[in-house]
Amino acid sequence: MAIAQSRSQSKSGVNWRAIWLPIAVALVVIFFLAPVLWQVLTSVKVNEDISAVPTVYFPTRYTFEHYASLFTRRPFGLYILNSAFVSITSTLFCLAFGAPAAYVLARLRLVGKEIILAIVLIVTLFPTVLLFLGLLEIVQATNLANNFLALIIPYTAINLPLTILVMRSFFQQLPKDLEDSARVDGYNTFQLLWKILLPMTLPALVTTGILTFIAAWNEFIFALTFISQETMKTIPVATAQLSGATVFEIPYGPIAAATILGTLPLVLLVLFFQRKIVQGLTAGAVKG
Amino acid sequence: MKLDVVQKREQKTGWILLLPALIVMLVVYAYPILRAFWLSVFTQNLGTELEQVFSGLSNYGRMFSDGRFWQSLWNTTVFTTSSVLLELILGIGVALVLNQAFRGRGIVRTITLIPWALPTAVMGVAWAWIFNDQYGVVNDILRRLGLIETGISWLGNPTLAMIAVILADVWKTTPFIALLLLAGLQSISGDLYEAHSLDGATPIQSFWKITVPLLMPQIIVSVLFRFAQAFAIFDLIQVMTGGGPGGATETVSIYIYSTVMRYLDFGYGSALIVVTFLILVIAVAIASLLLTRARANAAGVR
Repeated sequence: MAIAQSRSQSKSGVNWRAIWLPIAVALVVIFFLAPVLWQVLTSVKVNEDISAVPTVYFPTRYTFEHYASLFTRRPFGLYILNSAFVSITSTLFCLAFGAPAAYVLARLRLVGKEIILAIVLIVTLFPTVLLFLGLLEIVQATNLANNFLALIIPYTAINLPLTILVMRSFFQQLPKDLEDSARVDGYNTFQLLWKILLPMTLPALVTTGILTFIAAWNEFIFALTFISQETMKTIPVATAQLSGATVFEIPYGPIAAATILGTLPLVLLVLFFQRKIVQGLTAGAVKG
Repeated sequence: MKLDVVQKREQKTGWILLLPALIVMLVVYAYPILRAFWLSVFTQNLGTELEQVFSGLSNYGRMFSDGRFWQSLWNTTVFTTSSVLLELILGIGVALVLNQAFRGRGIVRTITLIPWALPTAVMGVAWAWIFNDQYGVVNDILRRLGLIETGISWLGNPTLAMIAVILADVWKTTPFIALLLLAGLQSISGDLYEAHSLDGATPIQSFWKITVPLLMPQIIVSVLFRFAQAFAIFDLIQVMTGGGPGGATETVSIYIYSTVMRYLDFGYGSALIVVTFLILVIAVAIASLLLTRARANAAGVR
C-alpha cells in the first residue's frame, strides 16, 4: 500500500492517503466505540434526560445514582463476585488440564495423537446450544443445579480446545535441546514439565488464561439454564434480566450502569493485554 | 528391546497427562451430543408425562411438517449469511486500515478489540436500548436527519428487528475477523506489491491478484469460525428480541431452547439438536476441503 501512496502522489500531486486514512481510522474508532460510549453517557444521565425527546447528547446534570442503585437495590456486588469466582476457577482448571495435554500433543510420540488433535480442532466449532440439554440432565442427576461446579466444569471444557491449540503451538516453538539435556540430567516428563517448561511458557499461560477468563465471564446459556438462585447469578444473566424487572418502567439508567460495571474488568484486560490477546487469538485460529 | 520400554513409558506418561483434559471434554462434549442422538428416537414430553417412549424417527418426521422449524431455519440462514458477509467485508476494510502505519495505531487496535471482549448478552441489552422505539439514539439521529417523523419501532417490526440484530452482531464480531485477517496481511511481503506495481498494476488490481489469494486461508478459517457461531446464535437474540416479533428473529437455537426449557419436549428438542449438529459437521467438512485448496493456491502465488 506504501506503493499506492507514492504512485498516486507522483501522478496527480494529491496525497490521497493523507485524506482517506484519517477518515477511515475515524470511522473505525466511531463504529467500535460509539455503542459503549452511549452506555457510559446513559449511565450518568438523570432520568428526565434519559427519557427526553429529542435525545440529550450533552447533559448539564450528571448523577451516579444509577450505579449506587445497583448495589442498594440489587446484589450487584455478588454478581461480580460470582462471575469473578467462576471465571478465575475455570481458567485455572483449564490451564492445569490443558497445558499438560498440549505438551503431549506437541512433543510425545503417542498412538492416536493425530485423531485426538483432529477432534480437538473440530470441537472448537461446537456451539454450546448443542450441549445444554445433555448437561442439564447431568446437572439434575448429580444435584449440581445452583452449584458453581455446574458452570466451572463446562467452562473449563469449552475453553480447553483453544487452550490446547495455543499452548501446543508455544511448546512446539521451544528448542528441543532443552528438553533433551533436562532428560540427561535425570528429569522425568512430569518434573520436566513442571519445573522447566511451564515457567518458560508463563507468557503463553497468561495469554490463554486471559482468553479463557473472557470467554467464561461472557458465557450466557449455561449460566441461564443451571443457575436460578438470585444470589448466584453471573453478570451476563443478571444484566440481561434487569430489563425484565418491571414491564412498564424499564430501568434504563441502572441497566446502562450495569453494562458498564459488568464489562469494566474486560475492558481493563483489553487495555493492558491487547498484544497478548491478539497473539492468542491468531495462534488459536491460524494453527487450526 | 530397551527402546520398547522407553516408548511404552512415553505412551503411559502421555495418556496420564492427557487424561484430565480428555475426561472433562468427554463429559461436556461427547456425552451431550451422543445423548441427543439417543433421545431423538424417543418421545419424551408432557404428553408422555416426561417418560421416554420409543418412537423411531417420528421426531424427524415431525420436523418436515413443522412450519416453525422451517421458519427458524430460514431466519438462521438469513441472519448467518448477512452477518458473516457484512463482517467479512467490514473486517477486510478494518484490517487494511490497521495494516497502515499511522500514529496511534496501537490505541486503535485496542479499541477494535473492545466489542469482541464484551459479553454478548450484556451488549445485547445495550443494543436494545440503542434501537429503543421511544428514546433510542438511532431514531433520534434519523429524526434529526429528517428521514423519519416519528420513532420507528425497530424491534417491533419483523424485517427491522432482523436488521437490528444483524447490525448488533456485526458490531460485536467484525473485530474477530479483522484481527485474524490483519495477522494474515502482516505476513504478506511488501516486495510482492512493489513488483506487481512495477508491472503497471493499480492498487485495486494488486488487491485482487495478491491480497485476496494470499489471505484466502485466513478468510476461510475466520468465516468458518463465524459461521459456526452465527448459525448457533443464542444470547444476542434472546436478549434483544427473544425471537420476536412473532417469531421473526427466532433462530434454530432459540427454537431448540424453548422446545426444551419452555415446552419440556426433550425428544423433539434432541432431534433439533442432532439436525443442527449435522449441518455444522457438513459445513466444517466443506470448509476444510476449501481450505486445503486455498492453501495450495496461496503457496502457488507466493
